[in-house]
Amino acid sequence: MLEFFMGHYAYWFTMILLSVGLYGMLLKKNFVKKTIGLSIFQAGVILFFVSVAMKEGATVPVKADGLPVSEVSNYMNALPHTLMLTAIVVGVATLGVAYALLINIYNRYGTLNEDELIDKIQ
Amino acid sequence: MKYLKLLLILVFALLLLFAASDLPFRGDPDNRMNQQTSMTGTDVPGNYYISEAYNDAHTPNIVTVVLGDYRSIDTLGEQIVIFTAGMITFLLLRKRRDDDEE
Amino acid sequence: MKNRSPSPIVLLGTRFLSPYIMVFGFYVIFHGHYSPGGGFQGGTLLAVSLLLVRIASGTKIANLQFKDYLATPYAAIGVIIYFGTGLVALIMGGYFLDYEQLPIPGLEGADLRYWGILIIELGIGLTVMTVLVLIYDNMVKGEDYA
Repeated sequence: MLEFFMGHYAYWFTMILLSVGLYGMLLKKNFVKKTIGLSIFQAGVILFFVSVAMKEGATVPVKADGLPVSEVSNYMNALPHTLMLTAIVVGVATLGVAYALLINIYNRYGTLNEDELIDKIQ
Repeated sequence: MKYLKLLLILVFALLLLFAASDLPFRGDPDNRMNQQTSMTGTDVPGNYYISEAYNDAHTPNIVTVVLGDYRSIDTLGEQIVIFTAGMITFLLLRKRRDDDEE
Repeated sequence: MKNRSPSPIVLLGTRFLSPYIMVFGFYVIFHGHYSPGGGFQGGTLLAVSLLLVRIASGTKIANLQFKDYLATPYAAIGVIIYFGTGLVALIMGGYFLDYEQLPIPGLEGADLRYWGILIIELGIGLTVMTVLVLIYDNMVKGEDYA
């Protein structure tokens, strides 16, 4: 039972983060709060990918003296770390575009609340 | 209506927790992810990157070699995405000469 | 951001701290071959060193450090550095982004790949730094004090 808990607790925390992000996106009425929920969701996905890439008894994928590269079980898998590296910076740039769109919506309609905005569009 | 959304989020969270309990143990050396050869007997790219990175590029950091040498076209695509996001922000927030939007 | 008053203590702290963060950003870019780091992380740190002064003191004073109309040309130069390396390799006879055909005198084989990765990391750092500064500058245009 303890083995099962130690092998899976990281995944459970990541799923709770995803649920908190979805709560923010669905239940809040303000558009800025929805965008913050989107950012939390993104952090959860990145954390899940990085936490999967672990190997017991292995070290970070940087070649060290004394640990030969011909033994593959000495180093962690390098591919998920690489893909998530660029995903973080792309996420920041995409949030910038989302906030620029929100500024334009506020300048045109005067409100950032979801109910008032739907009334004003129609 | 609000309680329906809360119920939906609760069902989503429980479904994800149930699915996460089915994944293999984290960090197990004989995972499906940490295997040395694939199911059909061919070589796996993760192991090739670890064992051949220093011979190919004389660089100790394997992540930089993968990002800059083996998968350099993906990195070019990411750089173009970042540049495009900057340009979109610049184009959206200019001052209009007249007041109504078109 | 309309009713703020400039605070001299925050301005003094950021003016003292900003060059050291920039040196650390360059260190992270250039040591991307030997320790965790590289182009994306170093570019973000360089952007932090410029954004601190902009947040503390407004755009008019921070333009003395990095002018705001220079951000867009530098971002384009960063993309051109990356793309240009690939085109030079294509002209010299290899495939696109084949670092072993670059015309750098005095290096052979795997050492050419080392220098090719370093050149593109510099291009990536430049683009990331200027895009983050560009996003901030466009959002606070017209609502700045000082």
